[in-house]
Amino acid sequence: VLHTTRPLHTTQQSLAPVPPLPEKGGEVRHGLIPEEFFQFLYPKTGVTGPYMLGTGLLLYLLSKEIYVVNHETAAAACILTVIVYAIKKFGPNVAAFADKLNEEKMASALAMKNDTIQTLQTAIEEEKKEQWRAEGRSYLFDAKRNNIAMLLEANYRERLLTVYNEVKKRLDYQVALQNLKRQKEQDHMIQWVEKNVVQSITPQQQKESIAKCILDLKALSKSAHAAV
Amino acid sequence: GPLSERPLMEVRLGELHTWLSTCSFSAQGLLGAVQRAWSSYCAKYIHVKQGGPAGISMLLAGYCLLSYGWNYQHFSKASSFRNSS
Repeated sequence: VLHTTRPLHTTQQSLAPVPPLPEKGGEVRHGLIPEEFFQFLYPKTGVTGPYMLGTGLLLYLLSKEIYVVNHETAAAACILTVIVYAIKKFGPNVAAFADKLNEEKMASALAMKNDTIQTLQTAIEEEKKEQWRAEGRSYLFDAKRNNIAMLLEANYRERLLTVYNEVKKRLDYQVALQNLKRQKEQDHMIQWVEKNVVQSITPQQQKESIAKCILDLKALSKSAHAAV
Repeated sequence: GPLSERPLMEVRLGELHTWLSTCSFSAQGLLGAVQRAWSSYCAKYIHVKQGGPAGISMLLAGYCLLSYGWNYQHFSKASSFRNSS
């Protein structure tokens, strides 16, 4: 129930949150007559004053036939008895049930409020953590700078190595070329000398050399025979 | 406070005449008075955390009395007819 009849924002300082409902309502005696009436008559007539007033009024109404007793009176009496009995018997149960409903509503609303507060708290902490993290971005940039410097260095050294290898290959080629050339010249010269020597050995010189070798061998064999 | 702003319950019997003269009997004034009376009754007996049967029972009793008052002619006629015959 939206309490539209309660005055809100009547003072300069608006009451927020809305003040809670009063615990108990105005006191009512016998379910019909407010307590203020009894208090109003107490100074003049004491405790029994209102009851005497009520009895006198009732008798006056009945006797003067201002209140007519007819079939509806009996019906009203029966209905009233039933209602009073029902209220006396089931009143507390219904009250407890309603209180329980109210409690559940309050608990759920409170839980929602607490949850929201909790989420906001965690959000605040997360935010603080993010701020702390953001302070470290200088370190991040230093690390990145170091990475890039290392990459550049590595690349430079790679290229240095390539240059070295290429130069070495070319120099090796030149050295190998020279060696090959010398080798070929040497071989060719040897071959040429051998060929000429072989050519210069005429058949007659060959026979003379062979005879000489045979004579030498014989002399040697003789000296060997003599030695043995 | 001043006489014209006091609610009815706080006006003494002697000042009732002057108080009646100060309150406005226009449609708006009457409507405002009815609205205020109803809202004060609700705030006192209905919009509470632990209300009892008092809030509605007083309204029902008032309704009973009013309806008896409106139909008094009918009741008196019926009773006179029954009593005489």
